[in-house]
Amino acid sequence: MGLQAYLLLAAAVFAIGLFGVLTRRNAVGILLGIELMLNAVNINLVAFSRFNGDLAGMVFALFTIAITVAEVAVGLAIVIVIFRVRKTVEADRLDLLKG
Amino acid sequence: MTLETAGFWGLAAVLLASSLAVVLTKNLFHSVLYLAGALVATGGVFLLLDAAFLFGIQLLLYAGGVVTIVVFAIMLTERLVGERIRQTSRRLAVGAIVSAAVFVGILMAVGQARLPTERPPLAGDVTRGLGEALLTRSVLSFELLAVLLVAALLGALYFARNDD
Repeated sequence: MGLQAYLLLAAAVFAIGLFGVLTRRNAVGILLGIELMLNAVNINLVAFSRFNGDLAGMVFALFTIAITVAEVAVGLAIVIVIFRVRKTVEADRLDLLKG
Repeated sequence: MTLETAGFWGLAAVLLASSLAVVLTKNLFHSVLYLAGALVATGGVFLLLDAAFLFGIQLLLYAGGVVTIVVFAIMLTERLVGERIRQTSRRLAVGAIVSAAVFVGILMAVGQARLPTERPPLAGDVTRGLGEALLTRSVLSFELLAVLLVAALLGALYFARNDD
């Protein structure tokens, strides 16, 4: 399989994740879509790294994985706080900052 | 058909099917379980690309860590039984159009680029090379990552703490 096949697979996963982010109402569901998009990025990084014979891409993938985990932890903590204050995690109803 | 081709198509099928299930299924809890499937399939793709160490990281951090945190968050914000856990989607048509446009855009960019079809032979052990790169060339970013993780941990604790 050439590099193209991996890139296309990653593009499909990215588009599916984007669809989830755009259509989900629940804040946790939106976070799951973001997870899918970040995964697609990781596939791209590792594929480019392998096909170019340069390990820098894999080091990058390692960093994105670790940062994603931190992002999920903070994001879900925020979701829990929002639920405590507003009693809902529906993104449409969290419009406190709307003028 | 070589083993790599068969593995790629099998993993691609699993990955795409479970990704679609993540964004389409009604039950949020099932979404997370499908996400775990998608993450493990992604790990399999890493394995196909000779990145065995990243496969292990993917299983430990994503499929183990992230899925567990998300399950806890769902348990804290939804009732596991009953109607609350059913989630709905909105503006399906708009979402489908935008994501299809993004996909076609990437498709055209990938189609025009000249990409290698053969991977170069491995120059030594990948895991060993990764470890050496982490602790020599990118050691500063590696240490910053540790600081970031501590900050994220403290931040999450601060947000989620009980006020009483």
